[in-house]
Amino acid sequence: MLVTQQEQLRADVTALVDKLGPGRSSLIPILQDVKRNHHGIDTDAMQIVADLLDIHPVEVYSVATFYAFLSPTAQGELVVRLCRTVSCELAGKDAIARALESELGIAFGETSEDGRVTLEWANCMGMCDQGPALLVNDRVYTRVTPETVREIAAECRAAHSGHAAERREGYLV
Amino acid sequence: MSIQTQGNTLSFAAIDGDAGLKAALAMKRADIIDTVADSGMKGRGGAGFPTGMKWNFAGAQKGDRKYIICNADEGEPGTFKDRVILTEFADLVFAGMTIAGRAIGAKEGIVYLRGEYSYLRSPLNAVIKKRRAAGLLGKDVGGVKGFDFDIIVALGAGAYICGEETALIESLEGFRGEPRNRPPFPVVAGYRYAPTVVNNVETLASAACIFAKGIDWFKSFGTDRSTGFKLFSISGDCEKPGVYEFPFGITVADLLKEVGGSDAKAVQIGGASGVCVPQAQFARQMAFEDIPTGGSVMVFGPQRDMLAVAHNFLEFFVDESCGQCTPCRVGNTKMLEAAEQLREGACPAAYIAELRELSGTMQVASKCGLGQTSSVAFMSILEHFGDEIMSRTPQAETARSGA
Repeated sequence: MLVTQQEQLRADVTALVDKLGPGRSSLIPILQDVKRNHHGIDTDAMQIVADLLDIHPVEVYSVATFYAFLSPTAQGELVVRLCRTVSCELAGKDAIARALESELGIAFGETSEDGRVTLEWANCMGMCDQGPALLVNDRVYTRVTPETVREIAAECRAAHSGHAAERREGYLV
Repeated sequence: MSIQTQGNTLSFAAIDGDAGLKAALAMKRADIIDTVADSGMKGRGGAGFPTGMKWNFAGAQKGDRKYIICNADEGEPGTFKDRVILTEFADLVFAGMTIAGRAIGAKEGIVYLRGEYSYLRSPLNAVIKKRRAAGLLGKDVGGVKGFDFDIIVALGAGAYICGEETALIESLEGFRGEPRNRPPFPVVAGYRYAPTVVNNVETLASAACIFAKGIDWFKSFGTDRSTGFKLFSISGDCEKPGVYEFPFGITVADLLKEVGGSDAKAVQIGGASGVCVPQAQFARQMAFEDIPTGGSVMVFGPQRDMLAVAHNFLEFFVDESCGQCTPCRVGNTKMLEAAEQLREGACPAAYIAELRELSGTMQVASKCGLGQTSSVAFMSILEHFGDEIMSRTPQAETARSGA
């Protein structure tokens, strides 16, 4: 990581600690923000968070690896999560999974080479009556068909800068 | 984005929760708790613990640092009623939290919103802001001198186990969502080891309704042991999936008629951790005395492969087990392996008997509800659809996957 990036990260986390307080309860909100804005939580980030909250870095690692939405692995700016639980399966999630893989050109668990999009599975996301359902970051798509997958993929390519702005706005209201 | 849900008309739509809050604030604290106890309401999350008793325990604790937590970590597969309540009736939920805060002497309320519902965070915060401006949150709530109560929304990060109340508390405190040993129960030592009431979204909204409309009104719905109405999340093979309100005691058959799923061969009630009810038992009732449920009903049509359903549930549990205790961590993995063997037509009947024993061990030895219930659906599917499952051959599976 470049020194400038690391400084930026430290400044970001410091601002969050000032806002949320230095207590342990701030850990998950801080990691959510780091994940959101830096698309991953690398070892440098974990070390910085640990320093500023005065806890051992392994504590940070342990929490980050526990939660699906905090996984430390670097991810794309857009994370597409397709629900794989029963109701969405009954509604035809397999066809959607194939469409997503071919439209985005990546398999589940992978990130596109340009670092824009990550494709992942999600466990039940509470859209069971309108499956198959997927999330693109905080945005929900329901009753997804292979046709809408094409639209979503096009949107991911075209409007990704717009999405990024939206995500920053939506945080910590 | 389209997240409208169809269903029937919900009682929530016609009830002014703030009238309920006003009525509750005019009562003595002990009378608020008695009212909830007398209503007979049991927790709407599925476990069915009497709400009045929970509030009473927390209310009896000394000290003024207590918490009300609204469990909005609705992660049970097939459950989405809380999403609808939080979207359409957030005021009812916040009124219920405020009433609970008054009853037990808490000053702070926290909504633990699952990470998958992050898009609800801004709208909920907007409602909270509006309530503060209206004097329904903040200092001297509702004009009651000395009653300060405020609510914040905390966001989860994608972990089913955090719907378990002690795991939820661990998560709020900034730790891995691993359930705690009990006792002490959260009503004695919960969030930050202070007395804490953790209630489901629907429980809190229903509490506000009880104060708005009265105990007799509430008890006019349901059965003697399961009073009131319940929201059901209906999905799967039916014509009209969505969120429905029914009184407790409705039979599976009547429910299926309402949602257009009468040809079902089975329904899964209570989500992945619930039970699979075959057609022969559709006369059974949805109530704590028969089939207890948090309201999830997944309908399986005549053509469905029930083993594939069980397999999907087990993959879910292997993924979501926190891994803290062995019966759950290893047990679920063994169950999943067996389901895979069965799909290949390569699982001897004797092994099924061993799985039953393992399921029994998981039910008694797991630390929390996840491991205690995760094998139940698989076992009930094996029991009711054993012939269909055991008659599979490797060829049949190859043909199926090749089709």
